[in-house]
Amino acid sequence: MKAKTKKTSLKKNGATHVDLINKIESAALVGRGGAGYPVAWKWKAVEEALKSEKEAYIVVNGAEGEPGVKKDAFILEKHPEDFIFGLNLAFEFLGKNKVKKIYLFLNKTYIKSSANKIRKILADKKYSDLEKKVEFFSKPLDAGYIGGEESSMLNIIEGKKGEPRIRPPFPTTSGLFSKPTLINNVETFFDVALVAKDEYRGDRFYTISGAIKKPGVYRFPALMPIENVLKQSANYPNFDFFVQIGGNASGEILNKEQINVPADSAASIMVYDKNKTDEKKLIEYWLKFYFNNSCGQCLTCREGTYRLYEMIKAKTYDQKIFWDIVSALDDSSFCALGSSLPIPLLSYYRNIKGVEKV
Amino acid sequence: MKKIIKKEPKTFKIKLNGKLVLAYEGETVLTLARRNKINIPSFCYHPDLSVKANCRVCVVEIKGSVKLKTSCSTLVEEGMEIITDNERVKKARETNLELIYASHVERCGGCSYRFDCNLLSTAKEYDLEVSRFKDRKKTRKTYKFANAVEIDGTQCIDCRNCLEACVNQGISYLELSGKGIDQEIVPKKDKKFACVYCGQCALHCPVASAQEQDQSLELEKLLKLKGKTVVVQFAPAVRVSLGESFGLPYGTNCEGKIVSALKKLGFNYIFDINFAADITTMTEAEEFMERLADKKAIWPMTTSCCPAWVAYAEFYHPELLPHLTTARSPHIHGGGAIKAYWAKKKNLKAEDIIVVSVVPCTAKKYEAIRPELKYKGKPLVDFVLTTRELAFLIKKNRIDFVNLPDGKLEPMFNAGSGAAAIYGASGGVMESALRSVASFVCEKGKDPLCDARLEFKEVRGLEGIKEAEVKLGGKKYKLAVVNGLGNFSKLLPNFSKYHYIEVMACPGGCLGGGGQPIPTTKAIKEKRMAGLYNLDKKRTIRRAHENKEMLAFYNFAKENGLAKQLLHTGFKKSKGSILTSTKDNN
Repeated sequence: MKAKTKKTSLKKNGATHVDLINKIESAALVGRGGAGYPVAWKWKAVEEALKSEKEAYIVVNGAEGEPGVKKDAFILEKHPEDFIFGLNLAFEFLGKNKVKKIYLFLNKTYIKSSANKIRKILADKKYSDLEKKVEFFSKPLDAGYIGGEESSMLNIIEGKKGEPRIRPPFPTTSGLFSKPTLINNVETFFDVALVAKDEYRGDRFYTISGAIKKPGVYRFPALMPIENVLKQSANYPNFDFFVQIGGNASGEILNKEQINVPADSAASIMVYDKNKTDEKKLIEYWLKFYFNNSCGQCLTCREGTYRLYEMIKAKTYDQKIFWDIVSALDDSSFCALGSSLPIPLLSYYRNIKGVEKV
Repeated sequence: MKKIIKKEPKTFKIKLNGKLVLAYEGETVLTLARRNKINIPSFCYHPDLSVKANCRVCVVEIKGSVKLKTSCSTLVEEGMEIITDNERVKKARETNLELIYASHVERCGGCSYRFDCNLLSTAKEYDLEVSRFKDRKKTRKTYKFANAVEIDGTQCIDCRNCLEACVNQGISYLELSGKGIDQEIVPKKDKKFACVYCGQCALHCPVASAQEQDQSLELEKLLKLKGKTVVVQFAPAVRVSLGESFGLPYGTNCEGKIVSALKKLGFNYIFDINFAADITTMTEAEEFMERLADKKAIWPMTTSCCPAWVAYAEFYHPELLPHLTTARSPHIHGGGAIKAYWAKKKNLKAEDIIVVSVVPCTAKKYEAIRPELKYKGKPLVDFVLTTRELAFLIKKNRIDFVNLPDGKLEPMFNAGSGAAAIYGASGGVMESALRSVASFVCEKGKDPLCDARLEFKEVRGLEGIKEAEVKLGGKKYKLAVVNGLGNFSKLLPNFSKYHYIEVMACPGGCLGGGGQPIPTTKAIKEKRMAGLYNLDKKRTIRRAHENKEMLAFYNFAKENGLAKQLLHTGFKKSKGSILTSTKDNN
């Protein structure tokens, strides 16, 4: 008798499980942090890891440390209900008694602007279990860009230095305090909510900024070409321009002929007035950003970003060494921060100046 | 009952530089490559430490991977194709090497690590300049821990091995301050932490930024001066490790060559600390017997010949100090034997003799300047050199070490018993004392059937904590050996349940000491250890108290009321370690 009851309840749970994960899978939902990893795979990986582990964590990544990306702030501000609804689904999916804690790892300013709203929503009776597990974690000011890299984030929560970890193991199997950990971006939980409510239309949030009239966060289909995003938001420039996609530091530079493709990564669009942009200053800005945000753990990024920034500040420098370092960063950095430095630089040279550098 | 079957590691063939080679599941690409005689340079990798993959020099290409991979952190996989030396790999590796050189202020001329330096050897191999960039660390400080160890911030390449070694020792005195290029290894300001001078930071540093405070050049000058009697004594563990620095197999016993090398360096008389270790064993075994006879005696008795353990106990556990044997450590005993006894017989004045100890240890530099260890107002030991410093002097003076004949020790003292030979291994000090205690106990009982055991294999080996119970003269004694200070806290809750505890700060004992050749790894330690136990078997006498020359000195000390002055010492609570910092102006 006992066994039978157990079986039914499992089946019942299994049904909702399967239902939700199938929906997420057929919606082809990918993480909105930038890397674009399928959401269903990640959730299943944590679920699988929980077969041999007793507890797990959920971490919401709302660190949003890169200039030019403000979509998480926007969602927390405008759609906190859906965000919490999505988070609660993940909580239920992994098992309420198995999730030890849920960290909302947020940019410090976002905590100020949205913590109260979120707390109010959590006060609702239907979220009483969730509320007990949720803890706000303010990204330390000195954590910088790398503070939003998922394994650095885990280290920060654990009280360690904000530096990325060696992979494998991956957070899904050995994350926070070595327990299976589900890490998703704020927007990802929002998307999950829409999927569950059958309201997901394949939209995403675009942060548009730069030399435009109406900067802000817009919601358009994920596959909409950049050109259309600019046009439909009434931001298409009437001057010669180029854009940076996916972050004002690590984003790729595209010329205006190349924007007939969807925006990838964190879906931000920065518009530069080609005639008013000081090339040297722009490159210096990028290099300074990387130099300031390098955590210092690995040689190539620590020393490389420092040497590049030193060189660009100097009047003359050895071009070969400069580009050798850029290439080493691309090919041998520890994490995606270092290896993304070449993206804006090389794409700027390739797409704006027509020069292949490395 | 379930049969325990030891699983053989799975093997498969993978492609390494186009050639099919056998790979073991679970091994890294770096291990695989090195096993196949492919030299991949690396700095942060150390087989005994966690994989950090932060120096980025060991990168290789793995077919199908978008980016290069660090071979130290990449496990072999079936179907893998690895390329270790194409243009792409070389380009990234060379840039990273140049960035490493750029983060290390080169002062090679005055550096005792220059003959073994990986920075210099890779620069040569890859035909790179070590000083293409401006040094960015010129203004950094050097932190000096007493006179034993130092960390020179201008030379650190940020691999963090020292940090981990210090944590593994259970000390955690070092920390990483700052971020990005401002990160720096610094001593903690928190007064709850203190350095114990063990030198494990130095032993794991790939670029001699953490290093012993080098006295080799100062000593070299002294050796060239005429009219000084400069004598030297070398420690048990040095003989089975020094040869490594000259390409000899790990564990090779080089005691004869060491004597010749020291003669060539200009030392007037050569002594063996093994002789002095027999003094230590004798003193310690007698103290054990005294405690046995004393109903109010404090138990357990612990060893005290490891000066880092003493520094640890004096700061972290002063309440345990009455447990420490008052027997001095071997080289201090040796200093006393030389200055008070040998000098007298040689018609020399103690104050005219300069005693140099060559040891596998950095903490002994500090021990030698302890105020209570003086004779006629001067230190018993005037200079302490590590195994590495001796290797440097031999190389610097272009002595063909490998082809040296066996030299002869100063004949008044000898090369010690087998019990002394094993002092260099964890468990060895305890075993030496037990060999004598076992004999003493039997003698006392005058039972012809009493088994005066010789070997105590249960306390040997590289395990972190070794426990045993032995029966001596019909009574049972509980023993524990702490192999590496990092294991002490695990033993502490059970401290009082034992009769005798040996503590060695460095994992493996002195053979893994902070002053030993680099690299020192677990596998290398095993070979050094085997070398020591072989030596023990070859010695004609294997118990310390059977060493007649030693007994002559021992009785001299006792009969002349010099036991306190030459055989015993004391300990006191300490408030912290001695820290100074300096800035280089070049």
